Amino acid sequence: MPYLGGEETVRELRRALSNPHVQSDQLRYRNTILKVIRVMSQGVDVSGLFSEMVKACATVDIVQKKLVYVFLCSYAALNPELSLLVINTLRKDCQDPNPMVRSLALRNMTNLRLPSLVEYVEQPLTAGLRDRAACVRRVAVLGWAKLHNLQPSSEIDAVVVNELYSMLRDPDPVVMVNCLRALEEILRGEGGVAINKPITHHLLNRLKDCDIWGQCEVLKILQRYQPQSEDELFDILSLLDTSLVSPHPPVMAATLSLFLSLCSALPSVSLAALERMRGPLLAACGSASREMRFTALCHIQLLLRSVPGLMGAHYKRFFCGYAEPAYIKQRKMQVLVELVNDENVAMLLDELKGYCTDVNTDTAQAAISAIGRIGRSYSDRCLEILTGLLGLKQDHITSAVVQTMRDLIWVCPQCSDTVCFALEGSEETLQDAEGRQALLWLLGVYGERISNAPYTLEVFIDGVRSEASLGVKMELLTATIRLFLCRPAETQDMLGRLLHYCIEEETDMCVRDQALLYYRLLHCGMEETRKVLQGRRSDPSLGVLIGRPAEPVNQWASSFNTLEPLKQATVESESASRGSPEHVTFDHKPDTVLSETLTCSYAEDAKPGSDSAALRSDSSAIVLASSAAAVAATPLSLSLSPALNPEEFERLWLQRQPLHAEKGAEVTEEDCVWREECIQCPAISQCSPQSLQAAMQLVNIQTLAFTPPHTLPWRVYLYTHTQQACSADTSHSTLILGELLYTGESQQRGERKGTADGQVGVEGSKDKQVKEQTETTAGRLGERENGKDEGVKVTLLQQPRDDKALEGFVVILTTVLHTLASERA
Amino acid sequence: MISQVFVLSSKGDHLIYKDFRGEAGSDVVSLFYEKVTALTGDQPPVVMKHKDLHFIHVRQGGLYWVATTTADSSPFTIIEFLNRLTALVKDYCGSLCEKSVQMNFALIYELLDEVVDYGYIQTTSSDVLKNFIQTEAVSSRPFSLFDLSNVGLFGAETQQSKVAPSSAATRPIQSSREQGGKSEIFVDVIERMSVVIGSNGVLMKADVEGEIRVKCYMPSCSEMRIGLNEEFSIGKSQLRGYGAAVRVDECSFHQAVRLDEFDIHRILRLCPSQGEQTVMQYQLSDDLPSAPPFRLFPAIERDTGGRLLMYMKLRCDLPPKSNAVNVCATIPVPKGSISLSQELSSPDQSAELKTQSRAVVWQIPRFTGGTQLSALFKLDVPGLSSASMLEVGPVSLSFELPKFTATGLQIRFLRLSPVQPSPLQRWVRYVTHSDSYTIRV
Repeated sequence: MPYLGGEETVRELRRALSNPHVQSDQLRYRNTILKVIRVMSQGVDVSGLFSEMVKACATVDIVQKKLVYVFLCSYAALNPELSLLVINTLRKDCQDPNPMVRSLALRNMTNLRLPSLVEYVEQPLTAGLRDRAACVRRVAVLGWAKLHNLQPSSEIDAVVVNELYSMLRDPDPVVMVNCLRALEEILRGEGGVAINKPITHHLLNRLKDCDIWGQCEVLKILQRYQPQSEDELFDILSLLDTSLVSPHPPVMAATLSLFLSLCSALPSVSLAALERMRGPLLAACGSASREMRFTALCHIQLLLRSVPGLMGAHYKRFFCGYAEPAYIKQRKMQVLVELVNDENVAMLLDELKGYCTDVNTDTAQAAISAIGRIGRSYSDRCLEILTGLLGLKQDHITSAVVQTMRDLIWVCPQCSDTVCFALEGSEETLQDAEGRQALLWLLGVYGERISNAPYTLEVFIDGVRSEASLGVKMELLTATIRLFLCRPAETQDMLGRLLHYCIEEETDMCVRDQALLYYRLLHCGMEETRKVLQGRRSDPSLGVLIGRPAEPVNQWASSFNTLEPLKQATVESESASRGSPEHVTFDHKPDTVLSETLTCSYAEDAKPGSDSAALRSDSSAIVLASSAAAVAATPLSLSLSPALNPEEFERLWLQRQPLHAEKGAEVTEEDCVWREECIQCPAISQCSPQSLQAAMQLVNIQTLAFTPPHTLPWRVYLYTHTQQACSADTSHSTLILGELLYTGESQQRGERKGTADGQVGVEGSKDKQVKEQTETTAGRLGERENGKDEGVKVTLLQQPRDDKALEGFVVILTTVLHTLASERA
Repeated sequence: MISQVFVLSSKGDHLIYKDFRGEAGSDVVSLFYEKVTALTGDQPPVVMKHKDLHFIHVRQGGLYWVATTTADSSPFTIIEFLNRLTALVKDYCGSLCEKSVQMNFALIYELLDEVVDYGYIQTTSSDVLKNFIQTEAVSSRPFSLFDLSNVGLFGAETQQSKVAPSSAATRPIQSSREQGGKSEIFVDVIERMSVVIGSNGVLMKADVEGEIRVKCYMPSCSEMRIGLNEEFSIGKSQLRGYGAAVRVDECSFHQAVRLDEFDIHRILRLCPSQGEQTVMQYQLSDDLPSAPPFRLFPAIERDTGGRLLMYMKLRCDLPPKSNAVNVCATIPVPKGSISLSQELSSPDQSAELKTQSRAVVWQIPRFTGGTQLSALFKLDVPGLSSASMLEVGPVSLSFELPKFTATGLQIRFLRLSPVQPSPLQRWVRYVTHSDSYTIRV
């Protein structure tokens, strides 16, 4: 109704408004105006009634006045000339004995948002600041901010600013808070309102007079304050302690934000604050408003990044209610996964199992993938549940289970037997492309253990003509070739058919090219094909086994109590689970691609929303890429293949260890060599494992295990293969295993000297180069490192011995570590 | 800082639109609606982004209450504000629905004007606001014969009129001014239970979130004293009194509550402001003083004809004098269930198969404490396998327990001082809701 015939309505309203009979009848007049506003808020353009409404403004009826002002403020910008007529009425109202009328007039005068009216507004505003009624002063203070934003170019009137500063001592708390807000806007160019010690203490003392909105505002502004001494800091903290456990979530969150920014240098105090506000935060999690629940959950996820054990005992609070919306259930499951430990794992899995048959498919799939994530630490229990779910023969459940199993097997190869056994028969219920892709990947990689793998593949190959999904076709090709490598007799025929179809009939270029590639590869012989296709079966880094290291609080403190945590869609690892697992890791990739992945991994680490961090990560990627290019220019090249699994590494490392311990720094045996180095970059131990791993992989060094940052002693185990063209035709390759150790003491000094003595000339010059770099780094790091001889001890094992290659490797390693360390600084 | 506030109906009609800072046009309203309706199931809708404008919304009373803001503002503050705004609208308009918002839009504009200035929240206290709000609320409740039933023959006071009708608290706070000043105070103890009972009958989780809410229709406030059970204790160690302990884990109070008599006598003192406010909030986890109100004994089997048989025996463990009302059990059933035939123990119960949500919904309008109900559901499921029995998932119950609190919290007395000259009616009501009551099978 209101959308149609808008013009007709406007005409009718105009007639009514200008009717003298209506105008003389108070009630009818008001009702007509009410109609205008109603039509306006329904979205009809009633700006044509402006002049009639201006007339209606001059009345003693406050309700009518308010209604007219709603109208005028909406349309004033369209009628600047006519608005001039209102100003007179408004200025008269500013003299009214009733403070409510005065504040109303003053507020709407500033809400008209017309630069041409500024000269008429300034005088009443100045008077308003000294009004005896608090409600007028509140409006007047904010009025100055509005006025300033109307003409941002005009210079700031120092008299007004001083007046506002002095009004921070106003007896009315809202006036005080409004002064802060207004000054913040007016002085935005100078960094906002000046927060010095007297102002801070004044604000803190008045805090309890304010209502919760005012408290939030004050707490937010106080974040800029730097206490001058530790005593002062602790005085402030103890003053704020009660608001930290406030029953009002906004106050609690704002206080924690302030705590975190005040204690950024005192991690232990921040952690104590987190402990303290656990109760109120959990209460907010159970709030009746689901939006509030969601907000609290998102922030709990943030806290768990630093204190994984914070909510461990309260895991039951995160069980999903059956009537909760899907987005809350998913967040709760993400939290539950974080909270799992030996005591609660049985209860937790039992609960999650219940969600797997949820009517909502998104919730069901999220529950299944949550079980998969827990499976990384408790694989037996989880696989039992997952296998049971396959028995339901529901397409969306089966699909999610198969994908989860694929992701699980990639990080926990030990569960492959169970998975292979469970998979049989699941192909019949799989409908969607992602699920079938996951199944195909498993069939290809573990084909020799799944007895009916060729028959399953045959069904897929027979149906390839009607296959719509590109991903499935590509995965089918790879899986068939892989299966052919281990079970040639059963697969040969169907492989032929598949290749024939893909090369001759397939219209999609990607599929055809891949088929052609495999076809030509097969021409080169089985061994070549095997080398190309039989890559890793599991994640080579032990990152998942070690668990995600606890992040320092400062990494997320700036995004606490902003919208940022609410926007992040899902945990990173879940986005990675689409597609084959090997595609998401850094596996034999050219340098360009690697540096791209490196950049995005940096972006994940970097503080979200801060531009400077993004810039820094870009620059670091460039530096690393260029260093990688420089490395590539030398004849030495590093490679990650053939892969070395952690068990093998351990065996090699340990069997040499005792021998090495007895003898000196450099031990040569029949076919291998031990060497110890010292690289000067203590800051490296602050580096996040992700960026270290990414950087190492950029130059084809694989990190196998590492301790979390900030722990001492800090260790990293890594390996690589060197390949060096010795002569024109033969290439010589060696395996290098290494350990980086940083103890945080300067105890290696003697050892390092010993090592340096044993070096030949080349080594000496290199050492000098390292020293130079150290000096530049140290200069940047400031006096902290000055004069100290802290270093990262590098122990290397090479097999077979090749001094030149080792030398080259040390140079590469040094460059990477220095780049990372300077990045860190 | 809030840039705009608007209210949309669930169909997308613009009900209220107020721009505080003039930073974005009104076209964002439709943009918001497009965005919110286009979301897929797993995307959280609370915060949405369009260029550098962020929409934060809450859903209350079937309406979207939206604020637009910048990225660095506090989500806690804005969501709390929107919730507070809906509470204010509810106080002033009587109820919260599309119709009441539509009818009282002038009042809501007036409220918004006083509550927020230039995007900054000024005050949400109804004590302050009552001096500024001039528009009268238009009550949207239609005339109903039931309203007359409370008046006895020839206007005599009957027993019935001593019980507050459930609609008594849903009227605008300001209408008392000219309706002869019927001063009333409602004190509600509202608890929400979330319970998980394992398949072996073991209580796995039992949380109670409770609050004491005061709804005051008195124009002028005087001091009120609310006496709680003397045995009321907070935390694990503390035990008080000789009766059965009434214990909560954590407890927080409204800032206007004075607690000087709380430690010894368990008395809360406050001057209630007009409208509704939460005086006290408390939580209790994992330690209910009494047995959980409902127990389920299911037996699920397949009969020879390939049908799924579910025997459900539901026992209500409330004290015999109490009742549960609007009990509704939702039993997930295997996918592909076609039809349901049921045998229920009384005619007022009903059961229905909802194929959309894949569940049997069993409704019991009234359930007396200490009794037991049983039902037999026969489901036709083509292709029923033994595995699909697993899909008969956790049963969830929703219910209302009037005059009952799970923690045992009671209000001993409610006193106003000084004694009011005008007749004042005081009501104390208790209710326990199911937040989530799940029984695994």
